Amino acid sequence: MKGCPVARLDTMSRESSADGPRDSRRALVVVPGEDLGVSEGYEAGHGVLVVDGRLKSTKQGRMNTKGSTVSVEPLHTTYMPRPGDLVIGHIEGCTNNIWFVDIGAPFNSILPMSLGPAKVEFGGTRKILDIGDSILCRVQEVEETHQSVVTMKGLGLRKIRSGALDDVDPHLLGRLIGKGGNFLRDLKLESECRIVVAENGRLWIDGGLDGIFKVRNCLKEISLEARQVGGVN
Amino acid sequence: MGGYGDVQMIDEKGLRMDGRKPGDVRPITIETGVVPVADGSCRMTWGTNEVIVAVYGPMEAHPRKIQRQDRAVLDVTYNMAPFSTTDRIRPGFNRRSREISKVTADALESVVLLELYPRSKIRISIEIVSAEAGTRCVGLTAASVALADAGIPMTDLVVSVASGKINDVVVCDLNKEEDNYGEADLPMGVLPNTGELVFLQMDGDLSPDEFKQAWDYNMDAAMEVHKLMVDALKGGEN
Repeated sequence: MKGCPVARLDTMSRESSADGPRDSRRALVVVPGEDLGVSEGYEAGHGVLVVDGRLKSTKQGRMNTKGSTVSVEPLHTTYMPRPGDLVIGHIEGCTNNIWFVDIGAPFNSILPMSLGPAKVEFGGTRKILDIGDSILCRVQEVEETHQSVVTMKGLGLRKIRSGALDDVDPHLLGRLIGKGGNFLRDLKLESECRIVVAENGRLWIDGGLDGIFKVRNCLKEISLEARQVGGVN
Repeated sequence: MGGYGDVQMIDEKGLRMDGRKPGDVRPITIETGVVPVADGSCRMTWGTNEVIVAVYGPMEAHPRKIQRQDRAVLDVTYNMAPFSTTDRIRPGFNRRSREISKVTADALESVVLLELYPRSKIRISIEIVSAEAGTRCVGLTAASVALADAGIPMTDLVVSVASGKINDVVVCDLNKEEDNYGEADLPMGVLPNTGELVFLQMDGDLSPDEFKQAWDYNMDAAMEVHKLMVDALKGGEN
């Protein structure tokens, strides 16, 4: 079997995982199909498959080993909805009693009339939320077929009428928020903006124009920094 | 395969018209993230071929009739720019571009974990900016890099290389003259980590021994190209 023998767990000792060789390999960049070593004694996490007793990466990203779980932290991700997630969606279409919402996931969500922001008469959905409107909503339910339902019944869930929207890859939200929310708090103070971070990677920035520019520049930097890997060979 | 007639494409020392040995591949460069608005992208130059691939998605599949309940669909569009060859190409789809779009999608379907995104679509646009020979191989290889750049889960990268026969000699990676006046052409798509084959076409005639030689050239070249793809995706890290 040919391949790039870069990351091999079987050459590392399990005992030294705290500060030994495995830690030094924590940030190894791997590509799809790359052999990560034997699977015995390890669990396959995100972006990793077990094939014929070997761990194989399925994504481009940084290999991560936490305890006995080996995962790949991808450099680019798509949002996958989970119940309870606060998301920012765009209305993409509507019928007499349902809105179709783009929440940045591979599958559109639906917002039934009963979970809408206000009491709606049958056939009057466009009077409340029209195509192109943006909303702050929460994922109520995700079915086995990945179809999801969002709701606007809840504290703070509303139609977005002011400010600006921007987005980052969902896996970069941790970096944006920072430890204990420090980074985001500093950003809010510095920009004098109200920032709502949704779990689908979209942000609602409301405030002065200068503040919005500051936040957007910061988001751009975070995205660029995260995509440092990759370039001309 | 126009038939070589009396065109001499390989000299007595065994060197080809561009100075390459029979098993040599043209110079290759690979660059990722070249289309900022796309989820993943790649620019690949292979000799004087230049290809740009952009990947969007996974996204809701429209029209709904193309949705598959158990997996995502790959929407591959292979297109040659009108200025990509010396003779202007009429813009839009033709029989050849439809065929290449289909075989590329079929090859990529073997590696992309489509079952993770039922009812959705992954859009892959392959634009040939400059064409010499072997654009389907370059397009497929670049598409696989762009998919990896987009974070689409895959079991392996796909590397595609073509070998052929000129003046009764089997050579690797045909250039334009060799492609036009050669006797056979064998493009292959392989998974470098397992050696599995996901794409195979043949134009012209090859004897079993010649086929074996072309196969070996393709496999060796695929491993070489795979290293470049990995380097590009890792951006010099590790």
